[in-house]
Amino acid sequence: MTLNTAATSAIPADPGPKVRLPQKMRNLELFLLLVACGINASAVVLVQLGALGEIDTTLLFLGVTLSVLVIALHFVLRFVARDADPFILPIATLLNGLGIAMIYRIDIAVQDSGWESAAVRQTAWSALAIASAITVLLIIRNHRVLFRYTYIFGFLGVLLLLLPLVPGLGKEISGARVWISVGSFATFQPGEIAKIALAVFFAGYLVRNRDSLAMVGKKFLGMRFPRLRDLGPILVVWALSMSVIIFQRDLGTALLYFGLFLVMLYLATARISWVILGVGLFLGGAVLASQTLEYVNGRFTNWLDALNPAVYEARGGSFQLVQGLFGLAKGGLLGTGLGQGRPEITPVPQSDYIIASLGEELGLAGLFAILALYLLLVARGFRIGFAGQDDFGKLLAVGLAFVIALQCFIVIGGVTRVIPLTGLTTPFLAAGGSSLIANWIIVALLLRLSDTVRNQPRLVV
Amino acid sequence: MNRELKRVSIVVMFMFIALLGSTTVVQAFEAESLNADPRNTRTLYDSYSVERGAILVDGDPIAQSMPADDNFKYLRTYANGPLYASVTGFIPINGAPTGLEFALNSELTGTSNSQFFDKISDIVTGATPKGAAVEITIDPVAQQAAWDALGDKTGSVVVTEPATGRILAMVSKPSYDPNLLTVHDNAAVTEAYDSLVNDENDPLIDRATNSLNPPGSVFKLVVTTAALESGDFTPESTFPNLQTYTAPGTTSEIENSGGGTCGGGDTVTLATALRLSCNIPFAELGVQLGDAAILETAEKFGFNSEFQIPMDVATSVYPTGGLDDAFTAQTAFGQYEVRATPLQMAMVSAAIANKGIVMRPNVVEEILAPNLSSISAFEPEEFGRVMSAATAATLSEMMVNGVQSGAASNARIDGVNVAGKTGTAQNGSSEPYTLWFTGFAPAEDPDYAISVLVEDGGGMGQTGFGNLLAAPIAQQVLEAVLQK
Repeated sequence: MTLNTAATSAIPADPGPKVRLPQKMRNLELFLLLVACGINASAVVLVQLGALGEIDTTLLFLGVTLSVLVIALHFVLRFVARDADPFILPIATLLNGLGIAMIYRIDIAVQDSGWESAAVRQTAWSALAIASAITVLLIIRNHRVLFRYTYIFGFLGVLLLLLPLVPGLGKEISGARVWISVGSFATFQPGEIAKIALAVFFAGYLVRNRDSLAMVGKKFLGMRFPRLRDLGPILVVWALSMSVIIFQRDLGTALLYFGLFLVMLYLATARISWVILGVGLFLGGAVLASQTLEYVNGRFTNWLDALNPAVYEARGGSFQLVQGLFGLAKGGLLGTGLGQGRPEITPVPQSDYIIASLGEELGLAGLFAILALYLLLVARGFRIGFAGQDDFGKLLAVGLAFVIALQCFIVIGGVTRVIPLTGLTTPFLAAGGSSLIANWIIVALLLRLSDTVRNQPRLVV
Repeated sequence: MNRELKRVSIVVMFMFIALLGSTTVVQAFEAESLNADPRNTRTLYDSYSVERGAILVDGDPIAQSMPADDNFKYLRTYANGPLYASVTGFIPINGAPTGLEFALNSELTGTSNSQFFDKISDIVTGATPKGAAVEITIDPVAQQAAWDALGDKTGSVVVTEPATGRILAMVSKPSYDPNLLTVHDNAAVTEAYDSLVNDENDPLIDRATNSLNPPGSVFKLVVTTAALESGDFTPESTFPNLQTYTAPGTTSEIENSGGGTCGGGDTVTLATALRLSCNIPFAELGVQLGDAAILETAEKFGFNSEFQIPMDVATSVYPTGGLDDAFTAQTAFGQYEVRATPLQMAMVSAAIANKGIVMRPNVVEEILAPNLSSISAFEPEEFGRVMSAATAATLSEMMVNGVQSGAASNARIDGVNVAGKTGTAQNGSSEPYTLWFTGFAPAEDPDYAISVLVEDGGGMGQTGFGNLLAAPIAQQVLEAVLQK
């Protein structure tokens, strides 16, 4: 990855008379957005042709609704973030739309319609999520206001994380206690929102305390290790992650938070000793958990010995994992084509296993394209980090982008057996409202940060 | 901070490279084995929703997929189902296919590697994928004759072409109707299947390839081959002609069937012993040859080897690991732990008919792509030479004498020299006998090798014998195919 050369040659903002410049960035964005919407609409049509053999116009609103919403977001950007990165919005749109098409495809297979249809609900959640993104963009005109509320965000993050443990409010679904009931019909995963609050908190906290975390300590094996009293924060986050593993039975979320914290800690302090310490702590905890907690142990067995008939047939065994692999294998290089595979054979094909469903119908070629989209999205976030001037903004942008990268790695890596399978949603693609809202808020924050970066006067050192 | 950021970027790159790698491994490298996994229901459903190729006999379909108005899209139907069931097998909606439907599943569904380019072009042109058709080597006249001749006896008839290994007839009885097992109704299939599985006559077992019986006297052909090939024996070699024989190291007596000596005289020749199918001279011969020599010859005929035709064939057995004289004496007339399938015994006759060379048996004549171009065609394949052409000629003459004036007289056909050998094998003191015939015709230039198995004593307990029950079946079948 190279440094952004365009940024270093940027001219300091001219305080002269205000001229209405053509919005090059936004025009590029609009063009890409139309392409993305076109692809999404075709995906829905292809699903109908493949699975139903006819075009059902009543459900074309699935494609249209999303298009209208993202174009609304685009016009908001023209007013409040003219110089925001032009790639972020089209990529998020494309991923969200492909997700809806695949969820719709599975609705057809299981014959759900109306409000029962997960695709209809996913579209409604998308509307809510994009509305949240617009709200964030309108309220937060400068990301540095977030810095002011560092500790409030920290408190909020922990609170959201622990909410599902509150009796009467929390709800357990397939073994993990990470949901809360909202009203009678919907469930919500507050942990998804917590990851944003925690990213803000980590960024603010680390910028404030980096010096004491980075400078003092004893040298050992050529690395400077922190003092005992500076270990506080990492131990707190570690304890938090371990409690998620033990009480909420959710390995993936714990791994996500801890990984996020470690990366941001390393970026802020530039000390590899923190990473070694952190990885050691987490591995130690995970090994201990796999010995003492049955469900963690089971995940490891399923991962290492998935095709063994005994593991396959065991309760909570590798049945689902292997069905996902069968689906992926069925897809092969080019896939069966949208609407022509049998993704519904795999349990939860529209959420945890949506990547296996997409792999079955779009093939390896389709999965490579999806992975490339994620990588590009993450790279745009990192680009803000490289070009940014203030450390808080840099840390926050990279933290948010890294959350997306790590979450992809944990979910897709789990489905394809790189790591043990843990329940996390695939960003933008998987059915689930909390995840969509969280990821669209991340999009809003990245857009805001990228706009600030471009508008900033440059210090020439 | 940018230096650290660069390092984190590299870590993220590696995370994505790991994902690109893992998806490639699953979808490209492991895909074939995952698709072949018996737990993979996608493959099963797929084998229904493509137009599965037909199985053809002389160009007429005996199994084909008819369009159906339900989820499975096609209904597999079998013309003349029971007659060909031992070859076709069946493909149920709720279980694994059997027979040729199983062995050639990937070809019939069009997913085999050799059809890869057709698959690509289907994707490009949007054509519905179709499976390949399979033309089999079965001769409808031979199959029908074998079916009729076996009547309602429990057993099997196998006819092969000695020079090539083509299987011309393969009948197993009692049979079943595969159409009952392919209907698109889970409950009906399960009921039909359960009643077949619980039937004490095991109609689902293809006796031609999967029933292992003691071969009894038909195994004497293998022992005679071993004797002649050793160079120490000729058809004129003599053995003491005894009433009873006790092999070294045992006290149990061996008798000739029906008691008495083997013809008159103090000694008996090998030729006479084979012609009249006497046990005592063969027991003596076996002890002199030793089990190692018999084992070597038996394995050259195909015993103790796995065959695919392309269905899996049960492995016929001659015991390995060394036998003492008492057991060797019993194996010399096909008892003790010797076991053979009807197909294996047809291979023994075919090898003698084919001047000493064993051909690998196969039932597939040609695999035809949907556009009728040939994907692969039958090619004769040698398993190996078991005896010299001279030995084969000698044995052939001995077998002709067995039919002309010996224990296999009921296989005689006017105007044709039939070579043959009968067998009547014991299954324990009170169990019904297993009855055999194997041979070939015409003896001078054989077109057909045959083996007949009648299980369960042919309904006659311990009173039936090979020449009474098995030889006439072979005679009827050979007559039908020779008149064709």
